[in-house]
Amino acid sequence: MAVIHVEFAGGVELLFDNVKKLTIPLECVGGDTASKENKILTIKDLLQRLRQSYLKQRPELFLQGDSIKPGILVVINDCDWELMGGPDYALAPGDTVVFISTLHGG
Amino acid sequence: MPALCRRCSARAILKRPKTGDTLCKECFFEVFELEIHQTILDSKLFRPGLRVAIGASGGKDSTVLAHVMKVLNERYKYGIDLFLLSVDEGITGYRGRFPGNGQAERNSDLYGWSMDEIVKQIGLKNNCTFCGVFRRQALDRGAMQMDVNMILTGHNADDIAETVIMNLLRGDIARLTRCTAIITGAEGTLPRAKPLKYAYEKEIVMYAYFKKLDYFSTECIYSPNAYRGYARTFLKDLESIRPRCIIDILHSGENFAVKSSVKMAVQGLCSRCGFISSQEVCKACILLDGLNRGLPRLAVAGKIKKVNRVFAVSTSQRSVESASGDSGSPLTDDKQKPEAEVA
Repeated sequence: MAVIHVEFAGGVELLFDNVKKLTIPLECVGGDTASKENKILTIKDLLQRLRQSYLKQRPELFLQGDSIKPGILVVINDCDWELMGGPDYALAPGDTVVFISTLHGG
Repeated sequence: MPALCRRCSARAILKRPKTGDTLCKECFFEVFELEIHQTILDSKLFRPGLRVAIGASGGKDSTVLAHVMKVLNERYKYGIDLFLLSVDEGITGYRGRFPGNGQAERNSDLYGWSMDEIVKQIGLKNNCTFCGVFRRQALDRGAMQMDVNMILTGHNADDIAETVIMNLLRGDIARLTRCTAIITGAEGTLPRAKPLKYAYEKEIVMYAYFKKLDYFSTECIYSPNAYRGYARTFLKDLESIRPRCIIDILHSGENFAVKSSVKMAVQGLCSRCGFISSQEVCKACILLDGLNRGLPRLAVAGKIKKVNRVFAVSTSQRSVESASGDSGSPLTDDKQKPEAEVA
C-alpha cells in the first residue's frame, strides 16, 4: 500500500501528543472524496489531514490559516520544501515529510 | 525539476534565506562554517591560549555553536580551549539532561531560589524576568569559577533582529546600540561574544538536522516571554514574505547613529554585589531582595522609584544588622521572613 511518512522534530511533536513518526496511507491524505476523483495530493492536503486527524492541541502553533506557521521548516525527502514547490508539492508514494520547529529556545 | 547546487551543480538540499542561493549538503556545511569563521576573523574574537566557555543550554543554537566551534578551532587552529557551561534554572523537567560534561550552575545554589520556587511566589506573570536576569548572571559567575576569559552564546541573526525590533518599540536607545555588537560586557565582567550573530535560525536548524546533532527542544513549562513572542511572530511573518529582512534589520540596527547629545545610562557596577549594572543596584539584587522580603512583584517593570525608596530603607537596616554581627552576604542570605511593605 502506498504510504507517506511524516516526522515531527524540534518541538512540533509536542502538538501531536509527543508522536514523532506517523505513517499515513496516501489514499487517506485527501479524504474520501479526493481518492474517488483521483486528484493529485499536495502538502496542502497533508496539512489538512494532519489538522483533522492528528493535531492534538493548539493548532495555531502549527498552522496559520491553511498554511504552515512561519518558523516551522518543512523537509521533503531530505530537501528544503522551498526547492520542491512548497505547499503545492505533489506527494508521491514513499515520501518522507519532516516538520521541524525553529520556535523553541536554544 | 530537482534544483542544483549553485557552487557544484550537485542536487541542492537547501535554499539559503540570506541570499536565495541553492546549495547541496556538502557546500551548505562548508559555507555555513566558513561564514562563522569569517565573523570570528573580522571581529578578531580569539587569540591563542584563550579559555572560552560556551553557554550551553542544550538547545539547537548552543548545540550547533559547540559543534561548529570545535570544528573551526581544529581546522583553523585558533589555539583556544573550549568548555561547556550550563545553568540549571530549577524548572521541573526543563534541564533534565545536561549537554556533555559541562559545568552546571544551579540558580538555587547561587541565589537560594529555584525557578519553581520563584513561580510559586510570583505566579506565571513576569517570571521570565527573574529567569532571564538570574540566568545571565549565573552564567557569568559560573564562567568566573571556571577561570575562563570569554563566554560564547548561541544568539543567532533572528534573535538579534527580534531584539532590535523590541528595543526600537520600547524606545530603549541604550540597548538598541548595544544589542547588535558581537562582543559585549568587555569593560566590566567577562566579555560575551556571539559567533552565530549572522547565522539564520533556519540554517542553524537545517545544519543540526543534516549533521544529525541531537538537541533539546522541550518547552519551558512556564509561559514564554510574551513581548519577545510578538516580535518573533512579526519577524517570522516578514521572513515568509522576504527572507532577507532578518539580516537587513540586523544591519539597520548595527548602523543606527545616535546623536552625541543623547543622554545614555552609564554602565557601572552594582553597589551590592559588584556586577555590571546601569543602575545603582543591579536588577538581580533588586529581584532577589523582593523575593527574600516576600514582595516579589516589587521589582518588576515601572516601579523603580518605589524600589529605590525601599532600598534606601533596607540599606540602613542592613548597616544596623551588620553592626550587630550579621554578616550574611546579600547573595547567599537565607530566605528571610516577609517584611511589611514600606512606602
